[in-house]
Amino acid sequence: MSSVPVQLSAKDFKSDQEVRWCPGCGDYAILAAMQGFLPELGINREKIVFVSGIGCSSRFPYYLNTYGMHSIHGRAPAIATGLSVSRPDLSVWVVTGDGDALSIGGNHLIHALRRNVNLKILLFNNKIYGLTKGQYSPTSELGKITKSTPYGSADSPFNPISLALGAEASFVARTIDSDRKHLQSVLRAAAEHEGSAFVEIYQNCNIFNDGAFDVLKDPETRDAYLIGLQHGEPITFGKDREWCVVHPPGAFGLEVRRTSEVDEREIVVHDATVAEPAYAFALSRLPGGDLRHTPIGVFRSVGRPTYDAIVQEQVATAQAKLGGTAEEELANLLNAGDTWSID
Amino acid sequence: MAKETQQLDRVVIRFAGDSGDGMQLTGDRFTSETAQLGNDISTLPNFPAEIRAPAGTLPGVSSFQVHFADFDILTPGDAPNVLVAMNPAALKANLTDLPRGATIIVNTDEFTKRNLVKVGYEKSPLDDGSLASYHVHPVALTSMTVGALADHPISKKDAERAKNMFALGMLSWLYSRPHASTLEFLRKKFAARPELVAANIAAFEAGWSFGETTEAFAVRYEVKPARMHTGRYRNITGNTGLALGLVAAGVRAKLPVVLGAYPITPASDILHELSKHKKFGVTTVQAEDEIAAAGIALGASYGGSLGITTTSGPGVALKSETISLALMLELPLVVIDVQRAGPSTGMPTKTEQADLNMALYGRHGEAPVAVIAPRSPADCFDAAIEACRIALTYRTPVLLLSDGYIANGSEPWLLPVVEDLPDLRVEFASEPNGEDGKFLPYLRDPETLARPWAVPGTPGLEHRIGGLEKKDITGDISYDPANHDFMVRTRAARIERIRVEDVAVEDPSGQAKVLVLGWGSTFGPIGAACRDLRQRGLNIAQAHLRHLNPLPANLSQVLGAYDKVVIPEMNLGQLAQLIRGRFGTDVIAYNQVRGLPFTSSELAAMLEEVVKNV
Ligand SMILES: Cc1ncc(C[n+]2csc(CCOP(=O)(O)OP(=O)(O)O)c2C)c(N)n1
Ligand code: SF4
Ligand SMILES: [Mg+2]
Repeated sequence: MSSVPVQLSAKDFKSDQEVRWCPGCGDYAILAAMQGFLPELGINREKIVFVSGIGCSSRFPYYLNTYGMHSIHGRAPAIATGLSVSRPDLSVWVVTGDGDALSIGGNHLIHALRRNVNLKILLFNNKIYGLTKGQYSPTSELGKITKSTPYGSADSPFNPISLALGAEASFVARTIDSDRKHLQSVLRAAAEHEGSAFVEIYQNCNIFNDGAFDVLKDPETRDAYLIGLQHGEPITFGKDREWCVVHPPGAFGLEVRRTSEVDEREIVVHDATVAEPAYAFALSRLPGGDLRHTPIGVFRSVGRPTYDAIVQEQVATAQAKLGGTAEEELANLLNAGDTWSID
Repeated sequence: MAKETQQLDRVVIRFAGDSGDGMQLTGDRFTSETAQLGNDISTLPNFPAEIRAPAGTLPGVSSFQVHFADFDILTPGDAPNVLVAMNPAALKANLTDLPRGATIIVNTDEFTKRNLVKVGYEKSPLDDGSLASYHVHPVALTSMTVGALADHPISKKDAERAKNMFALGMLSWLYSRPHASTLEFLRKKFAARPELVAANIAAFEAGWSFGETTEAFAVRYEVKPARMHTGRYRNITGNTGLALGLVAAGVRAKLPVVLGAYPITPASDILHELSKHKKFGVTTVQAEDEIAAAGIALGASYGGSLGITTTSGPGVALKSETISLALMLELPLVVIDVQRAGPSTGMPTKTEQADLNMALYGRHGEAPVAVIAPRSPADCFDAAIEACRIALTYRTPVLLLSDGYIANGSEPWLLPVVEDLPDLRVEFASEPNGEDGKFLPYLRDPETLARPWAVPGTPGLEHRIGGLEKKDITGDISYDPANHDFMVRTRAARIERIRVEDVAVEDPSGQAKVLVLGWGSTFGPIGAACRDLRQRGLNIAQAHLRHLNPLPANLSQVLGAYDKVVIPEMNLGQLAQLIRGRFGTDVIAYNQVRGLPFTSSELAAMLEEVVKNV
């Protein structure tokens, strides 16, 4: 099973399957970005596995010429955990949707993050159930009118970034389907992270929730709405960097101010490696319901032992103590305890 | 004066006390001593459902029954000949199981007014004549233990706690058990506290000499060793047997074992046991729920490990969708269901075999899986290996149905020779199997109908699989009606094709007209009942199914050879319904769902009726 890394191109990662998303779906852009990015990983195709749940987004693995499993609704993080923990040699990616990850599979997502399993988890958030034709999802805004909520949804949404941070995620990032460069930069950072990397990708469902992220894409609005996070850089944004993020003394969270109105030293310098998750959490709370002040980029990236490594270490340590062959040790195990002979 | 020694062929003792009294340990030690002696044994613990029920109450009673004999026995015994009751609650909770004439040894120190009131005794049953039909031995167990340990530097509480060792010493004397192993055990158990080693040994010895000197016990008993197969034995519970079988399967398959499990009674012990055996390459993941546990096992199988998930009925319900996925992916997955009384939470500590229908049919769509069941604690080891053999050879989910009765019960297990265990090695796909170097993930082995197991990491075999219907051979997504029909039939054929051993029939007379057919843990009681009938000159044939899907090839012929077929089950007739439906056999279903195993005497009475009326 040994393999020598070879130089691959985006083409090598395209499978022979016809892509079946609706024309114009944001998933196409994510797929293209991924196919463009994978050669960079420097890992051979056979060492890469995509595991997905169910949803439009979860069709993703079929279109990549790697190993892939399209599993069942919400369970991809669990299945990928079993794979990752037993096969540390693989690069394991999870592709999931907002319904898949946060509704039916919420439990598996938070536990994968808590354990820090070495998985790259890509949540395609279109704020809607695409595959089942347009019901509201756990990320749909309160009052959302859909087929299942003709009078408006009555439940408040999750903030996936806040949720992941609350679940002890060691790497949390957000990016947007339409910005290939940014998307690839986030994929790169996620791939480099040891442990669970959680990436929320805003994805347009042009059929059931078209334009959900338009304010973040429209040249008219995007500069004032998007906050690009750069590790080590002061957090400023706007066409002319006229806005900035500060931590007012005595306040619990972060706030947005006019750059001209604050002392330069008051501007928060982004540090994704802050051990205390409260900082990244505060960042995640910046946007209002209208998406104004949406940070994108890496919120948090901290080192923490991975579940896989701890488990493998335990097994390896135990195996190092094997006195004889597995068969001999098995015979000892079976013969252990109080035994007696009948002659 | 040396006391008279009387020979017995078999004895059933039940140790009963408060959960804090150490009855399980006492029973375990007595069993171990008995095993050393070469008696055949069968044991059954009975734990309270609550972890810490209030002391001295009926729900707090814990007991351990051990049956030992100079011949080979099949069950822990229908009813105890001897009850050791450490308090009034233990007496009250167990008295109804005692036949008249049985012996009762009671700890009189605990028969205080307060304790009697707690369990609703107005007067002490020791004084009101209500125990007149039993042989009662009142023994001041607690105070004698405390007295014996007066010089020991331990607290009064610790001294009182040693009373179970006093009781064990007394019983060990009474039944002439060797006790070196118990003393050794105590030295190990309390190694960190030498004062407790000394105290417990002293309590044991005090109990032993009390037996020897007291007028209360006029005779001492002996049970001669049983004539068993030669070889080395150890006493084993069903859960330990399953765990060791899974370890052995991993070794024989030369595959890492990955267990995904979520704690649930009565299956948790398998997780506990497997967690100890990392040196065999066993990884255990305590998952967030049963769905994840199954997913973890399946993900591991996909990666080339032997994926296993262990649970009880409620957990199987949760795993159902993942089992379906494994079946579509055609990957090995071993699912162990240690059945308990259901539905819902039911009676978690009580036994039942009512998950057969769920195992056979509990999935959406046409979703057959292999189903097997061990028959006794010692059989669990082989059954686990057989489950893994089928899963690995045929790349299918296998459901193994154990139950609470064999999970916690124990019996001597003839230790296998590792080299004689089945060779479970499998070959992973390493080369493309189609034209032009194409890999066809659903191109099957014509013999087993298994598809190639192409694990990630293998160059050139990159492929995508999933729960959507597959096109035969290529594995591409397909909505073609004819293909779906073909694939559904193929998945059915995959299970039907599994080779399983024929079912054996036991009928020493060769004349029987009635066949009793069982599966799972009813083997012991059914077997004992059949022996009982035969000893009384009646003919009866017994057959017991290990394989429930597929059924043995000779079953139809076996069923056809008898005038009447009786199927006793701890459910409302699930196997009976299957047999009627499949073979049109007019079976007599005998059913009980009381959370308890059948007693062999009730089965014998029922079977006798049937045999006499053919
Ligand atoms: C057990 C189960 N319940 C329900 C469904 C139906 N279902 C499929 S996808 C889906 C929601 C998908 O939404 P999301 O995860 O946001 O993915 P999207 O289609 O939007 O990419 C639902 C409810 C299913 N496949 N399985
Ligand atoms: S329904 Fe929406 S998410 Fe699904 S493929 Fe169509 S556009 Fe994409
Ligand atoms: Mg969605």
